[in-house]
Amino acid sequence: MKRLLIVAETDGVKILPSTLPTMTFAQLWSKEAGGAFDLLVIGGSDIQQALGEWQNFGAETIFISSSAELAHFTADRAAIVALQVMKQSGADSLAGPSSTFGRDILPRIAGLCDLPMVSDVLSVVLAGDSLTFKRPTFAGNVITTVQIAGDCGVYSVRGTAFGKPEVVTTVSAIAPIDINFEDLPTGTTWISLDSPEQNRPDVTNARVVVTGGRPLRDADTYEKLIGGLADKLGGATGATRAAVDSGIALNESQVGQTGKVVAPELYIAAGVSGSVQHIAGMKESKVIVAINTDSDAPIFEIADFGLIADLHQALPELISKL
Amino acid sequence: MKILVPIKRVPDPYGRIRLTSDGSIDASDIKWVINPFDEIALEEAVRIREQGAEVEIVAVIIGEAVCEEQLRTALAMGADRGIFVEFNSPADPGIISFLLAAVFKSVNPDIVLMGKQGIDDDFSQTGQRLAARLNLPQATFASKIEIVSNGSAARVAREVDAGRETLEVKLPAVITTDLRLNEPRYVALPAIIKARSKPVNRVNTSEYGSIPALQISVIKREVPLPRKGGRKVGSVDELITALRDEAKVIA
Ligand SMILES: Cc1cc2nc3c(=O)[nH]c(=O)nc-3n(C[C@H](O)[C@H](O)[C@H](O)COP(=O)(O)OP(=O)(O)OC[C@H]3O[C@@H](n4cnc5c(N)ncnc54)[C@H](O)[C@@H]3O)c2cc1C
Ligand SMILES: Nc1ncnc2c1ncn2[C@@H]1O[C@H](COP(=O)(O)O)[C@@H](O)[C@H]1O
Repeated sequence: MKRLLIVAETDGVKILPSTLPTMTFAQLWSKEAGGAFDLLVIGGSDIQQALGEWQNFGAETIFISSSAELAHFTADRAAIVALQVMKQSGADSLAGPSSTFGRDILPRIAGLCDLPMVSDVLSVVLAGDSLTFKRPTFAGNVITTVQIAGDCGVYSVRGTAFGKPEVVTTVSAIAPIDINFEDLPTGTTWISLDSPEQNRPDVTNARVVVTGGRPLRDADTYEKLIGGLADKLGGATGATRAAVDSGIALNESQVGQTGKVVAPELYIAAGVSGSVQHIAGMKESKVIVAINTDSDAPIFEIADFGLIADLHQALPELISKL
Repeated sequence: MKILVPIKRVPDPYGRIRLTSDGSIDASDIKWVINPFDEIALEEAVRIREQGAEVEIVAVIIGEAVCEEQLRTALAMGADRGIFVEFNSPADPGIISFLLAAVFKSVNPDIVLMGKQGIDDDFSQTGQRLAARLNLPQATFASKIEIVSNGSAARVAREVDAGRETLEVKLPAVITTDLRLNEPRYVALPAIIKARSKPVNRVNTSEYGSIPALQISVIKREVPLPRKGGRKVGSVDELITALRDEAKVIA
């Protein structure tokens, strides 16, 4: 357990904030395991211009694999690049965010190196000689402590469980790496990314999240009421699976066990029953508000402030009074 | 075309999970089902067959003898035949992907269509590890699958944090399913009866050589302290006051 490679999440142009908690994890890992860590950044030709603060989080070296061909990279190609860098740097462990990006790529690398992988790490502790990790199972209803065989592993890091990384005085070195494109697999072709225009903060790092469930009825009402309140509070919009399935909200706003995990300062859930799968994604929020017509809805059991009301009246009133 | 659908036996996602006093999962009143994502994978395989091409659907489950129940359900949902790999020790995605790779080699499917995650352990690793072992393309979190190029490739829309990504993968490939891919249909009684006569091939893991050691072991399970509820407010005005003056989360 001497060297960890962090795979940064990028959009091809810059490193995304979802990588910050993984830097924090790396700093903690480094203390517990007593090893150094590096950062790998894969992306298009301009990516090295976007390093900025990333040089100040304690990574010894930032490896950069930039090329027009990697502007939209796929998991099979990124895994081979990561493998090459692990060889070059001597890394025997790997970590990255537990976002859809990390969940796609990290297990593939774990498979290639036959390393144990701990998904959704909540904490890391050295117990005796071996590292132990806490992770959520059964939609967060059971927290499981696991141990890995050996010293080395692949870790996907749950963003809400780790705060911001410490800024350090040393500055990471930068090492561009050469990739022989002939070595990369060609079985997967990237076709397109369809990202709806977002003029609101991203749900995973917004200070306020306003979430709507099934009773929002249609996309227009959702936009007017949930979007309207989110805008009043400078927040993001979230949704339950029921709302996404019925076409009321976009899939990238789904919060829960199988959607995004959020922990904003304020979470407002309107017309949300509070299923275990939904609660799994938001129960770490600082303040939870629930608006529901049913006084027995499970969401009230975890809400700091509950309002028994029809959201079609309560939300317009809230919007107009804020 | 052949589609291999690995399925996992998991507790009903709508049931409550309890721990026994020694910290293991209390199985006494669990209702066991096919992992919801694997049901979606099976349904998708059936839909691909319904589009007219000749498709054989092979369902595979790895686990203890009781898992055969879910394999039968998979046959009732439309799989043509089943493979039951009996494995009685604790498993992790390293072991499951190893065994699935062995099954892959004996079945030779064009597509492995499987769940993006088991809703019990929430690993979300097995598909990707399997693809890595077999050096196959992977398309995870699929919300739409189209077979293209005369059955030699698949165009897959994926649910990613930023929206919807589309990839084209050469077949054979591993595809993992997300919630929006389809809504599995209700299984009618005649299908359940018909499924009884479908073939199930029992495999002993000794056929697969030496199985890798367990890499992830559980040392403790605990139920997190429930979040403390707060109180009810009587009106929108009262809510605004509470958020502003008490919780201080709005200006
Ligand atoms: C494998 C699996 C994974 C899943 N993953 C997720 C996930 O990631 N995220 C997720 O959210 N769900 C997930 N689910 C679904 C989850 O189980 C619930 O079905 C879903 O969360 C319910 O959404 P809802 O609260 O909008 O709808 P409902 O359960 O229908 O609840 C609607 C609520 O609104 C209230 N209501 C009705 N009318 C009004 C009104 N006019 N004003 C105010 N309140 C009103 C009702 O009292 C009710 O409490 C998953 C399920 C499975 C099986
Ligand atoms: N015991 C098993 N037998 C067959 N398939 C499995 C088994 N465990 C996991 N899988 C498959 O792997 C997928 C992802 O599981 P996991 O990586 O454990 O979250 C599941 O949706 C199944 O398709």
